[in-house]
Amino acid sequence: MQVTSDLPLRTRFAIAAARTAAAVSRATGRGSGGMIGGRVALKLDPHALRELTRGRIVVLVTGTNGKTTTTLMLRRAVETLAPVTSNGDGANMPDGVLSALAANIEAPFAVLEVDETYLPFVAAQVNPAAIVLLNLSRDQLDRVGEVRKTERELRGAIARLPDTTIVANCDDVLVASAAGAGNHPVWVSTGQTWHDDSVACPRCGRAVRHRPQDRMQWDCLCGLARPKPDWVLNDDYLSGPDNLPERLDLNLPGRVNATNAALALAAAASIGVPLSQAVRRVRSITAVAGRYQRVPYDGRAVRVLLAKNPAGWCETLPLLEPGQPVVIAVNGREADGRDLSWLWDVPFERLRGRRVIATGERATDLAVRLRYAEVDSTAQPDPLEAVASLAEGPVELVANYTAFRDVNARLGDAS
Amino acid sequence: MPADSSAVRIGLILPDVLGTYGDSGNATVLSKRLEWRGIRATVLPIRLGDPTPSTLDLYVLGGGEDDAQALAADYLRKDPGMQRGAERGAVVVGVCAGLQVLGHTFTTSDGVSHAGLGLLDMATKPGTRRSVGEVVVQLDPRFGTQPLTGFENHLGVSTVGLDSVPLGKVVRGTGNGDQTEGAMRGHVLATYLHGPVLARNPELADLVLGWVIGHPLPPLELPEVELLRQERLARRRAR
Repeated sequence: MQVTSDLPLRTRFAIAAARTAAAVSRATGRGSGGMIGGRVALKLDPHALRELTRGRIVVLVTGTNGKTTTTLMLRRAVETLAPVTSNGDGANMPDGVLSALAANIEAPFAVLEVDETYLPFVAAQVNPAAIVLLNLSRDQLDRVGEVRKTERELRGAIARLPDTTIVANCDDVLVASAAGAGNHPVWVSTGQTWHDDSVACPRCGRAVRHRPQDRMQWDCLCGLARPKPDWVLNDDYLSGPDNLPERLDLNLPGRVNATNAALALAAAASIGVPLSQAVRRVRSITAVAGRYQRVPYDGRAVRVLLAKNPAGWCETLPLLEPGQPVVIAVNGREADGRDLSWLWDVPFERLRGRRVIATGERATDLAVRLRYAEVDSTAQPDPLEAVASLAEGPVELVANYTAFRDVNARLGDAS
Repeated sequence: MPADSSAVRIGLILPDVLGTYGDSGNATVLSKRLEWRGIRATVLPIRLGDPTPSTLDLYVLGGGEDDAQALAADYLRKDPGMQRGAERGAVVVGVCAGLQVLGHTFTTSDGVSHAGLGLLDMATKPGTRRSVGEVVVQLDPRFGTQPLTGFENHLGVSTVGLDSVPLGKVVRGTGNGDQTEGAMRGHVLATYLHGPVLARNPELADLVLGWVIGHPLPPLELPEVELLRQERLARRRAR
């Protein structure tokens, strides 16, 4: 493929090499090509990210949960202005980001999901117009490290971007602390209730006071306090600084997706997409990277959901259709985190009385957790064999990261 | 059985501060292992701001981050219900940050030294690199016969003094940092192992429950737990 633009020769060469590597990866069935291509390009040209974003408007989306969904929502909204390039496949490390930028070098906008630990590196290269900061909670403690360290690094990165708009969730203490380092914050109140990772103040270590009479208010003796929101999500209605409350009425389920939409819509407005126009586009989304849609498999209608940490499970449990059997797939590879102790922070007790199958490479860890939750379950290491062992009809399949990826690939091949 | 009530009362100490690593599961395991043997048990979460009763039978502390750990130690020193309980002979189980808090002193990664609760003769300093991964421990035969399995994730290096004893010897992983792992004094027991440790090691769970009840408990057959132990112990050479 010809790379036709005014990019430096080195960058053009790096992109061409990346495309070759990606094609090889796809042809040999090793992967979708997103990661390896980017890795090759970054080796050949360490400034490739900078070169590929020169003159473009870049928005980065980061946080522990909801990155892929929010990125898709924002992309759809911004597409009403001009073409957008984006990493819709969830490849959110620097190499995946670079692949997305190289895939369409003409698009004036780039909406990019970035792993929270890589955000400082990527943001320093791409000079983003805006960063969307969704939420921060414990995730993969053995790989990512403790969430408070992630917050400190994000805060430092944001402080070095004085011109960047930071669209952030002000109900999340860690997010508010990091985003507060920016000069142009846009605060969104989403009604988030996960506070288990923010009892100690991220700035001074004292106890953050969450006021019981109004759960959304919080502050600390050091002066860190909940910023006043510019945007407020109230039930299904979003109101901003310049508009009447707009009903979201999404096709994606759950409060969690309304939250993602609120952040995406506030970010879209910050780069000039009118709210009602953006809402219409976001509303048209019915599936995100294999999630939420029912997929036929061997007479069963499987809905695949991703949940990879306690906060994610907290949002996922209410989405499960009553009465339907639940297959839970858990792997413990490096990308998932090898320590599965977090399964004990998920209130699986709520699944009592349901038909549940524990599956995945770490099915036994889950089976022990379910036994102590007094949930009757069976174990079957293969997720699709677990699905096939159930009666025909709808099945809810919840998986953590690599289990989710593998299940989706196999469901795609089967249909 | 405890005299003051018919149910065993398990205090889950500061789950909002020392709840980062899934160790609250230890309280779940302890209460279910009692209930399944016909002994009533209740878990009382004691959150920041709640007074800690000195009358509970068992106290469980989990892992947390540096700031959270310093906050927890400070809070528990000023509200010494658990320490009074331990003086009475109540059982205390601490994990990771919970282990460090139970010692005399601990130094956080920022170099600041904090006073601990002094229930164990132990001092902790930051090591040079974080220890992360599966751990296998050969238990001191006084405490059990089966190897301990768990997952560690900590920077701290702990030294056990003469007035406490380690739980055992590290076969795989780091533990305290000197080939020993954990510490015990009387009915106060601490370890670096997550998993949660009592879910993966039923023998250890029943050891501390035996202290509470006053005699050893009958065995409890849980095939999932045996299978999990086999899987984790077989993989001890893998990272």
